[in-house]
Amino acid sequence: MTRLVVGPFNRVEGDLEVKLEIGDGRVEKAHVVSPLYRGFERILLGKPPADALVYAPRICGICSVSQSVAAAKALAQAQGLAMPPNGELAVNLVHATENIADHLTHFYLFFMPDFARETYSRESWFAAARERFTAIKGTAAEDMLPARAQFMHLMGLLAGKWPHTLSIQPGGSTRAVTNGEIARMSAILSAFRRFLERTLYGDTLERIASLSSVAELEGWAAEKAPESSDFRHFLSISRHLDLRRLGPSAGLFMSFGAYTVDGATLFPRGVHDNGHLALDINAIAEDVSHAMYRSGADALKPFDGETVPDIDREGAYSWCKAPRLNGKIAEVGALARQLVSGHPLVLDLVSKDGGNVHARVVARLLEVALVTMAMEGWVNALRSGERFIRHADMPDSAEGAGLAEAARGSLGHWIRIEGGRIANYQIIAPTTWNFSPRDADGTPGPLEQALEGAPVRSGETEPVAVQHIVRSFDPCLVCTVH
Amino acid sequence: MHRRREPLRLLWLQSGGCGGCTLSLIGAEGPDLIATFEAAGIEVLWHPSLSEASGREVIEILQRIVDGEETLDILCLEGAVMRGPNGTGRFHMMSGTDRPVMDWVAELAAKAGHVVAVGSCAAFGGITAAGANEVEACGLAYDGQREGGLLGPDFRSRSGMPVINIAGCPIHPGWLTETLHSIAAGRFGATEIDEWERPLSYTMHLVHHGCARNEFYEFKASAEELCDMGCMMENLGCKGTQARADCNTRAWNGGGSCLDGGYPCINCTAPGFEEPGHSFTRTPKVSGIPVGLPTDMPKAWFVALASLSKAATPPRLKENAVADHLTRSPVDRQKKR
Repeated sequence: MTRLVVGPFNRVEGDLEVKLEIGDGRVEKAHVVSPLYRGFERILLGKPPADALVYAPRICGICSVSQSVAAAKALAQAQGLAMPPNGELAVNLVHATENIADHLTHFYLFFMPDFARETYSRESWFAAARERFTAIKGTAAEDMLPARAQFMHLMGLLAGKWPHTLSIQPGGSTRAVTNGEIARMSAILSAFRRFLERTLYGDTLERIASLSSVAELEGWAAEKAPESSDFRHFLSISRHLDLRRLGPSAGLFMSFGAYTVDGATLFPRGVHDNGHLALDINAIAEDVSHAMYRSGADALKPFDGETVPDIDREGAYSWCKAPRLNGKIAEVGALARQLVSGHPLVLDLVSKDGGNVHARVVARLLEVALVTMAMEGWVNALRSGERFIRHADMPDSAEGAGLAEAARGSLGHWIRIEGGRIANYQIIAPTTWNFSPRDADGTPGPLEQALEGAPVRSGETEPVAVQHIVRSFDPCLVCTVH
Repeated sequence: MHRRREPLRLLWLQSGGCGGCTLSLIGAEGPDLIATFEAAGIEVLWHPSLSEASGREVIEILQRIVDGEETLDILCLEGAVMRGPNGTGRFHMMSGTDRPVMDWVAELAAKAGHVVAVGSCAAFGGITAAGANEVEACGLAYDGQREGGLLGPDFRSRSGMPVINIAGCPIHPGWLTETLHSIAAGRFGATEIDEWERPLSYTMHLVHHGCARNEFYEFKASAEELCDMGCMMENLGCKGTQARADCNTRAWNGGGSCLDGGYPCINCTAPGFEEPGHSFTRTPKVSGIPVGLPTDMPKAWFVALASLSKAATPPRLKENAVADHLTRSPVDRQKKR
């Protein structure tokens, strides 16, 4: 058996180290380490509750809006405040813009460049992949960056700026828009649709959204040459490398639900465990038996959670806590969201091969089409002249849970207010679920399990399969370590 | 005549931050980031989000620089220096090396032609240093408003320049790309920075300049709640008249700013912005007068002018100030009704 420490891990958000035990050309055991501690939950103690909206987004520069949405929802629950329809639509639009931009950043800048690595130089598809996806120098980044930046003009209009907007508030959005601005937003979405249809998919959003089985997806991919669109290009590489066999999901899938309008969610809340189940939020607890935090108990519910660093805690190896649902590990992200939503293509992918690297990427790209189409509807539904926000006083004592879906999965903020100040603030980020360390039962986290069995090519010091698996989760470590 | 130069080698590290400055940078426009680097003649030795090299390859790059085998022209640090606990730096270990990132940064800075602190965290400690700062976060050359930081006030990079602080939370992509381009072109010297070593190109301005709410400011027609159209200085904590940055004359994401977004400026380019001593979106006042007055303005004058202009506020501004949409339009006196 050999041991390998992989890090610094690039093209993930934040810091990551993976410790591998390797035998017989495969990963036997993996320990996932978050080597940075930031302490936002402690920074927030004693602050005026509304100030959480300044601090929380700065937990993360890649999903700062998701952090804002979770914080605003937690405060809204504490205040008993509901958004007017325009507020819901505007917040959905800002949130969706970030989530879609995240998926694109992940696919083009973080995930695909691994296929341009020298280790694949003998593969038949290598030359095309290298030209298109090489880090910084590939043609794909050249196409994607300007399209992404123009799409983000929605942020300038609706949120003032990105990242770290303050426009998202418990009672709605601080930016009311005029009819002229609604027209501009429609135009921005049209231009973005054109990029997606010409470059990413090579087909209409409607066609992508309606793919309903693995057979249909394969048939669709075969209609044109692999290099005719980036999605087909990925599907072709995935087939050659059999990415369906890589990085298997080990637990159940969870989603907090996303994008509410008038009480209905675009993607519902729930659990997928060989079928749809209701989600009991009270069944969530964070275990710190292997995390560098002091604790009297091994697992605490978020409202009672504690964050007291203990860097010398015995047996601890990460700053990431280990959240569990009813004591079980849960995988979160686009794949979980679409499973819980019951999208037929994703259900078919997982019923055939389980969760895996291939399915995670397909779910993400599918979601880009679904959400972009929803955004077009939301822009049309905005009513200039009507309220975008409601206001209410902050109670002296209250608590609230804010549950949202970041691009990477379920994000929760739990706030307790006493004497008009924040008395406790706990955050469970998506990557905390996916990259959690072992718990008191010794059960490894989802990524730790997904890495077991990953092939290691001879002589590899940074096994490429490990890179694909880690990145298939699109990790955000800065969120995880708050 | 443009002279061809050797490319400038840039290394980017991240420590106690959120990655938001990198993400903001990726949104660079007109031209995009890759074209901008190309135009400036900058070669990225390694950037954690953009580069292919991972793991040992990266550590080898760092080691070659430290050993003097590779030239480092520009070192960028994003995120605060993590000194805790107890000055050990163990709150942030460099993956794969078993050493604090703090130690790597100090060694690399000693070799760099220019050292650039990207964002308020790397410059001053920023949001990571908020609260009791139990993590002992600081900037490269400042610990909040105090000189010091990781490298100390006397630090000079190989070029003779102090740490260049592109403060902001996050940075505007233009602030960084223009600074890097100026460095590469040999046009960035000691006269280009202000007293906090921030590029004057964006801190010669106040956020107030170009604010679309200036007419409301002139007449002290104030917003009362977030999303109201009026001036946010009197009630909502806006520091645009004191904050140094060009946020309202340089578009964010195509055409926005915090003020355009309907919420106040929190002066994120300044050291210590993370602990304002009051709720961010409420203006502290003493006997009805805001504590933070516009930069360079004598208090007595402000009070006198404010009461005069309040008395003269046109009804249009009074009404619009507390509405979330402009409800009353200007009247054209030439048009007969």
